[in-house]
Amino acid sequence: MLQITNLHATVGDKPILKGLTLSLNAGEIHAIMGPNGAGKSTLGYVLSGRPGYEVTDGEVTFNGQNLLDLEPHERAAAGLFLGFQYPVEIPGVSNVQFLREALNAQRKHRGEAPLSGAEFLKVAREQAGALGMDMDMLKRPVNVGFSGGEKKRNEMVQMGIIDPALAILDETDSGLDIDALRIVGDGINRIMRKPDKAVLLITHYQRLLDYVKPDFVHVLADGRITRSGGPELALELERDGYKELAA
Amino acid sequence: MSDDMDIKDKAAWDAADRVADYEHGWSSDIETDFAPKGLTEDTVRFISAKKNEPEWMLEWRLKAFANWKTMTPPDWAKLNVPPIDYQDAYYYAEPKAKPKLGSLDEVDPEILRIYEKLGIPIAEQKLLAGVEGGEDGGLPQRRVAVDAVFDSVSVATTFRAELERAGVIFRSISEAIKEYPELVKKWLGKIVPMHDNYFATLNCAVFSDGTFVYIPEGVRCPMELSTYFRINAENTGQFERTLIIADKGSYVSYLEGCTAPMRDENQLHAAVVELVALDDAEIKYSTVQNWYPGDAEGKGGIYNFVTKRALCQGKNSKVSWTQVETGSAVTWKYPSCVLNGENSVGEFYSVAVTNNYQQADTGTKMIHNGKGSRSTIVSKGISAGHSNNTYRGLVRVAPNAEGVRNFTQCDSLLLGSLSGAHTVPYIEVRNPSAQIEHEATTSKISDDQMFYAQARGLNAEEAVTLIVNGFAKEVLQQLPMEFAVEAQKLLGISLEGSVG
Repeated sequence: MLQITNLHATVGDKPILKGLTLSLNAGEIHAIMGPNGAGKSTLGYVLSGRPGYEVTDGEVTFNGQNLLDLEPHERAAAGLFLGFQYPVEIPGVSNVQFLREALNAQRKHRGEAPLSGAEFLKVAREQAGALGMDMDMLKRPVNVGFSGGEKKRNEMVQMGIIDPALAILDETDSGLDIDALRIVGDGINRIMRKPDKAVLLITHYQRLLDYVKPDFVHVLADGRITRSGGPELALELERDGYKELAA
Repeated sequence: MSDDMDIKDKAAWDAADRVADYEHGWSSDIETDFAPKGLTEDTVRFISAKKNEPEWMLEWRLKAFANWKTMTPPDWAKLNVPPIDYQDAYYYAEPKAKPKLGSLDEVDPEILRIYEKLGIPIAEQKLLAGVEGGEDGGLPQRRVAVDAVFDSVSVATTFRAELERAGVIFRSISEAIKEYPELVKKWLGKIVPMHDNYFATLNCAVFSDGTFVYIPEGVRCPMELSTYFRINAENTGQFERTLIIADKGSYVSYLEGCTAPMRDENQLHAAVVELVALDDAEIKYSTVQNWYPGDAEGKGGIYNFVTKRALCQGKNSKVSWTQVETGSAVTWKYPSCVLNGENSVGEFYSVAVTNNYQQADTGTKMIHNGKGSRSTIVSKGISAGHSNNTYRGLVRVAPNAEGVRNFTQCDSLLLGSLSGAHTVPYIEVRNPSAQIEHEATTSKISDDQMFYAQARGLNAEEAVTLIVNGFAKEVLQQLPMEFAVEAQKLLGISLEGSVG
């Protein structure tokens, strides 16, 4: 599904990714772990096309398409979802309005009919309910006045409504208490653990992986994948730290 | 043609013949539905004659014209306007084809495109475009009575019968001058005096048409009243005149929408709107202004010099102005409230968007003369491109006005690095019991917000539209429901090309 080959990227002329190669197939969940400053978040931004993150070399294909040629919104319409580490507030715009417009923009891009208000609300209600959010929260402005945990849960509600093929989840576990972690973990499994979908989990810690079992774990250090393995690698990292492995 | 029409046309032609002797006179091949180019006393006579006005109206116009000649344009606004040649314009134009068309296919596609972009339902588009059958073509779900002013002449007033049953008078001002002279005489020029300012005085002399509304005592107007203004002909200024009188205990919600097709030349628009609310009466006046703003290089566009003022004369009276200003090359406009009545209320909710080389200097005046009068001002300015957007507002409290309250909030949103936002609040308080609050913010759309929306599937322009609509929400939600939707779309259209 996603094929990253020798990816180099800079932020403000500073090289961050330095030859990253990674391959995800449908039905797989991959975890990327690594120390601060290794380029984990940069990878998420580069893949979703954030301005200011410049690809200087390498290739990325997504379902056979050259991902790097696409605008951010086109990548979203193609089925790529980025769960933000720091979800952004948009004052005056309700979650319902935001998501309906976003979803219908994606559908339009794919040549699909827009969802009516009633159809959309049905989906939104289901997804919010499954993540323990009430509709009142969906009517509130996007992330405004939400706690850290609520913002992360809101990201998952968005993912459930948008129903992407590939989710890149950037430290979705940070700032969550144990209960919220379980709810979010269940959400990821429910929405994304499917034969035609894939997930790239970016995380510092093992704890999310207790809930979302990865098929593969990779260590990202200094802009490259330095080691790959199965779920046991995450436990090893937790025990020994990154220093040992990064070398 | 009736005798009446012959007499009217003869007087008009006589006036025109006299103009022909002037240096800037007109040649006889100019079509009859234009007043001769240029502005003289005879232009004023021509317009008055064309409209078959009573003598008192003509005298009033001539007095205004004499006044105007002694005045100079105001220069205090933060606007850069090249001198206007008032002799190089037409002051009166009747639509050429009397609008009785068979189907929408026959209507200027540009008009339809604008209506469609604004989201006006087809039935109403038909009505506005003067297509036969439009009126009974399915309007009932939308209870809006429309008076459409194309160029200078009011072409349609719908729902007249139902309004009349309620005792509401909804007429073009030309009709009202003839049919309700006493009401018109009582209030015309009383809220905005004839000599008020350069543009208002010009309007007094040459106003072409406009709307008159009277809501009788205790009547709640059974539907929204609406006027669509449209400047169509080349080189034509539009000078409409609106007078709304809400008698004791009455209520009316009124909306005006304004559009104009693209022209290379600048066209002048100088309107006057007068509102008066008596005891316990309420007027809600909403404007969606989408005059042609000029092209991306700042060529063409409407010069919009408008005087709007409400007199909250009665106790507990209330006037609420809501405006969404997206069009015009230049906007000079300060819808104001003179709060004479005890416990009267004035509100001003404004969104002004400027893009490319547009300039807007807009705001309000809240003049508190009445005890316990209150006002709220919420202004949202959005500047993009090379544009400049100024909020200019006055809050004045008279010495005898005890217990006055005002709250003002001015927020500016900047797009790009070449646009300007300015806030100029004047506060004059002569009574120590007044409570006046002023809040102001200036911000930019953040890269984080843009990327977040784009990562969810919105393109850059959709993302800006969404964020801007959120910024303006407090104001947009003051609009009647269906117009709020139009206004939201309009904000997006106006900001096209401002990103990426």
